[in-house]
Amino acid sequence: MTHRAADQSAGLVTDDVPAAAPPTVDAAGGSPAGGNARPATRAGSRLLRLLEALWRPALLLAALFAGWWFAAEREYMPNYLLPTPGQVWATMTEDWSFLMRNTYVTLYETVIGFVLAALLGLGTAVLIVYSRTLEKAVYPIVLFAQVIPKIAIAPLLVAWFGVGLTPKVVLAVLIAFFPVVISGVAGLRSTDPELLDLSATMGAGPWKTFRKIRFPHALPHLMSGLKVAVTLAVVGAVVGEFVGAEEGLGYVLLVANGNLDAALLFADLFLMSLIGIVLFAVVEVAEALLIPWHASRRGGVPLATS
Amino acid sequence: MSTATPTLTGAAVDLTDLTVRFQSKRSRTTAVTDVSLRVDPGEFVTIVGPSGCGKSTLLKIVAGLVAPTSGTVSLLGRPVRRPQQDIGFVFQRPALLEWRSVRRNILLQAEMRGLDRSVAARRADELIALTGLTGFEKALPHELSGGMQQRVALCRALLHQPPVLLMDEPFGALDALTREQLNTELNRIWRDTGTTVLLVTHSIAEAVFLGTRVEVMSPRPGRIVRTFPVDIPPERDYAQVMSDARFDRLATQIRRLLGAGANH
Repeated sequence: MTHRAADQSAGLVTDDVPAAAPPTVDAAGGSPAGGNARPATRAGSRLLRLLEALWRPALLLAALFAGWWFAAEREYMPNYLLPTPGQVWATMTEDWSFLMRNTYVTLYETVIGFVLAALLGLGTAVLIVYSRTLEKAVYPIVLFAQVIPKIAIAPLLVAWFGVGLTPKVVLAVLIAFFPVVISGVAGLRSTDPELLDLSATMGAGPWKTFRKIRFPHALPHLMSGLKVAVTLAVVGAVVGEFVGAEEGLGYVLLVANGNLDAALLFADLFLMSLIGIVLFAVVEVAEALLIPWHASRRGGVPLATS
Repeated sequence: MSTATPTLTGAAVDLTDLTVRFQSKRSRTTAVTDVSLRVDPGEFVTIVGPSGCGKSTLLKIVAGLVAPTSGTVSLLGRPVRRPQQDIGFVFQRPALLEWRSVRRNILLQAEMRGLDRSVAARRADELIALTGLTGFEKALPHELSGGMQQRVALCRALLHQPPVLLMDEPFGALDALTREQLNTELNRIWRDTGTTVLLVTHSIAEAVFLGTRVEVMSPRPGRIVRTFPVDIPPERDYAQVMSDARFDRLATQIRRLLGAGANH
């Protein structure tokens, strides 16, 4: 039977290590060649792929930037409506500490809102998946809550909780919660029924089955839900600040608008977008670390073909 | 709990007058009807029949995953009422955990059961060597061929040395050559371990090659229409068995029976 292993190895895909001899598998426990090798070439090709993906949007952005610059410098629109990039940059550097303080406030609200939404959303998804009764009771309410325009209840939240941290966090949670629930439910339901059967014949309890089988299976779905949620959490925090606040980027935006300070307004907008982009990237990195095995995240070639 | 051949004098698997009906909103289907089947310790019983005749349902009943509408089921002399743990189960699809290496997929069985780690690890290494997976311990399922994935599933099912192994068309999704290889390997593993095997297939050749006894089922509602003892010695070589006159005769008889709609 040992030669069977050798037969198998003859079918290995070797085109990713062209110079090497066909890998052999010996009984002493040699590892399959080509598994995790060639990090250098892989990193190189990844960089190339990134550049390939980026040059078109980069070009478009550069064109828009040039158009903005041109229009603002020539004052086709007055500078109190459309500032020049230079003015925005000047504001950014002059008011740096002021802007950073307010960015920190908004970031703080967003992160707390997002984390709470993730935890509550996942918990709700687990309840919905594990209990038929709760599914019938909770799911329609979650759906119904989603069609209420959350932005419309922001003033009410401010009336209830004041102008502090709470209404912003609540609003961020309310907005970010839904995609987490939906993706969590879809993910937890995606478990192979045969694996659940298997788990039952292994005598494993529900907690062990959840931990070792269902939850890891749900992660790819869940992570896409979290990516949507994190960008929505920013919206929640900023809208909360619009309605009633004494600090935060949303508040600064209102002040800048009231003073017709377009440069500050633009600087503020950039920082808001930056929060969204950075948080999205953080979730993206978390995804890469958590589910490197998933089809969506691997570019490799299978070891064996036959 | 896990001697390969139970010391019981009774049957490993005993099904009596089994009927299973599935009730959906509009209709009621009878999956299997009046099935009685006894499998003695150490036997390799294969069940062959057309698609949808309830073969898989029978295995799930033995495993305690589906309750019969009427009739009795017992495994190793005990009535089956809930999911059974004295079994190994292999499905048509490997059903491996994508994020676990070959070795850790096999060890899932030990983790879920809370078995001793070092014993399980040693046993896993034995099985890896036995099934020719040596060198692929750290590979992830997606890096393996279908045949190798199914070998991993087989190792996982054997890790706790179950007295009874249930196999639901385990090689149905594989190409013919890989299937022959795995049939030969399964024959050897069965002889080595002495495990009782109940295997469901729709391949007549596979049923005769592997079985010490072949049970032929009719189309839905499934019934066992005939039993064929296979009088070929247990140690079997694929090429030899295929050219054996006894194999031909049996395969032809079964094919006729199934071709005739198996209505008698």
